[in-house]
Amino acid sequence: MHNETLIPRIGVVTDIRQDTPDVKTFRVVGTDGKKLFEHIPGQCAMVSMPGVGEGMFSITSSPTNTEFMEFSIKKCGTLTSWLHSMDVGQQITVRGPYGNGFPVETTFKGKNLLFIAGGIGLAPLRSVINYVRDKRENYGSVQIVYGSRSKDDLVDYQEIIDEWMKCPDTEVNLTIDREQEGWDGHVGFIPNYVKELQPDTSKTVVMCGPPIMIKFTLAGLKELGFTDTNVFTTMELRMKCAIGKCGRCNIGNKYVCKDGPVFSFDQLSELPNEY
Amino acid sequence: MYKVSADRIDELFAKIAAARTLYLPVDQNDGRAAYKEWSQGTKMSSQLNTVRSAKGFFFPQTTNLCDFNLKDKEIEVVDIRDESEDFVVFGVRACDARSFTILDKVFLAEPVDSYYATRREHGTVVTMACTEPEETCFCSVFGIDATAPEGDASCWCEGGDLYIRANTEKGEQFVSLISDMLTECDDTAVKAQQERVKDILSKLPFANVSTDYFEKNTLLDVFNSEKWAKLSESCLACGTCTFVCPTCQCYDIKDFDTGHGIKRYRTWDSCMYADFTKMAAANSRNTQMQRFRQRFMHKLVYFPDNNNGEYGCVGCGRCLVRCPISMNIVKVMKSFGEE
Repeated sequence: MHNETLIPRIGVVTDIRQDTPDVKTFRVVGTDGKKLFEHIPGQCAMVSMPGVGEGMFSITSSPTNTEFMEFSIKKCGTLTSWLHSMDVGQQITVRGPYGNGFPVETTFKGKNLLFIAGGIGLAPLRSVINYVRDKRENYGSVQIVYGSRSKDDLVDYQEIIDEWMKCPDTEVNLTIDREQEGWDGHVGFIPNYVKELQPDTSKTVVMCGPPIMIKFTLAGLKELGFTDTNVFTTMELRMKCAIGKCGRCNIGNKYVCKDGPVFSFDQLSELPNEY
Repeated sequence: MYKVSADRIDELFAKIAAARTLYLPVDQNDGRAAYKEWSQGTKMSSQLNTVRSAKGFFFPQTTNLCDFNLKDKEIEVVDIRDESEDFVVFGVRACDARSFTILDKVFLAEPVDSYYATRREHGTVVTMACTEPEETCFCSVFGIDATAPEGDASCWCEGGDLYIRANTEKGEQFVSLISDMLTECDDTAVKAQQERVKDILSKLPFANVSTDYFEKNTLLDVFNSEKWAKLSESCLACGTCTFVCPTCQCYDIKDFDTGHGIKRYRTWDSCMYADFTKMAAANSRNTQMQRFRQRFMHKLVYFPDNNNGEYGCVGCGRCLVRCPISMNIVKVMKSFGEE
């Protein structure tokens, strides 16, 4: 009998962290207590509760974590609402890893990196950021620009404060959309903040967030002199199979699940603007 | 090449069916042809083609992928796959036979779809050459020869005889099942029939529809064409074209609660439907124009781009016959060809 990727494996939820009012991070291991499978930063997995649904989520933990995988999931539909309602100890199903992942061992190596994330867009970037942090000597400087609606909506806030801000040659720039009591950091939208920060154009940019943020940030980066080949993003579209066969997540002749989810804007510029 | 008198076809089917489950096109009560399992007394349809394509033999309309048993917080995954039985599909036309090699490029690409692969391994495709192609046929546009259909074995009906040629190892095994009924022969009669039918094929109204435009223009040029708005204007989004199409392979995966457990199954889906790409937050193809464009871009641009120029259409003409608004791939190709 052939192997079948559509038949999932069982994962056990060992920890649930309430990150923001609508984002929870779920820690998952196999039934043997070990990590389910290895992955590359930026790769995804199909997570399911049978009878409820199955969906593609980026693996937010770094591959350098040898003990477990984590998924940061925003409550926004049927499956995610169910996942938000479950308790520790619940079994779910997981299959993967899927997709290409970020070129951390090739294009990114030795480069100065600029991460730009908006809201839950941090989830796929967290995997790369922690990977780079754990293999710090392989990369140049790191700058992280992260923003969300409010202080409470910053995903992984504690990890950012406790670990990222203390990492060598790493600059963290946080922003929130509107003034808020107890917040003395930057206030304003990400596209403007990035322009204010005037990042060096030698940096390789890794960006993820809502489409409107991507659109205006990309335009701003171009004004600053960045080129499409140096800006990477990770996409999401509706998926069922995750292996390029069910026919729905394509952008032109590329399937996000299989050929993506990581694309450079140079690659996207040759594809239809249908995402 | 072998032959057997067409008078003995019932005897032939009985012999095949004794060794393998045998499916063939049969006229239904409504007069339309559909693939059915042969049993004593079943007569093969003489119609050119079945309403539905033959893709369902390898990619059924629904497939149970696996089962789940839920108990408190625990899940049991049950692999329900079993080795399917050997079967023969008899009387497949050249267009449908080619559709299998197109579907192979999707389902047998890594990671291999085991459900499809297993059925493919167990199925023997026996094709039947066309003698009376219809005006909706345009398989020749895609380099398909209706007089020399592919498949594990090919058949021709000519002058009261059935001629059979094995093309593959599976085809030879098929021939060996019925070898005591067959006599070896030359291909003179078959060649004469091929000449005659090729002449008909060359005179069909869509025989010269051109694919040039899609070879000479870029993906973005075709995608951004203003023609899509007009072409898609009347599309009802019924999805009939995708259901009858032998190469449409988009699918959905759903769970069904039986009351005793969960069945996960896949079903044919259609890119023509509004919820095909709908997510909690947005829909990447919001308008029927986008969905219509997707279907034809897939067959005429995306699939060829990813498969060495092979088109995702076999010219069977089913969508021409069935579309309630008479819009179809030929009209799309002609519209672009006029530029």
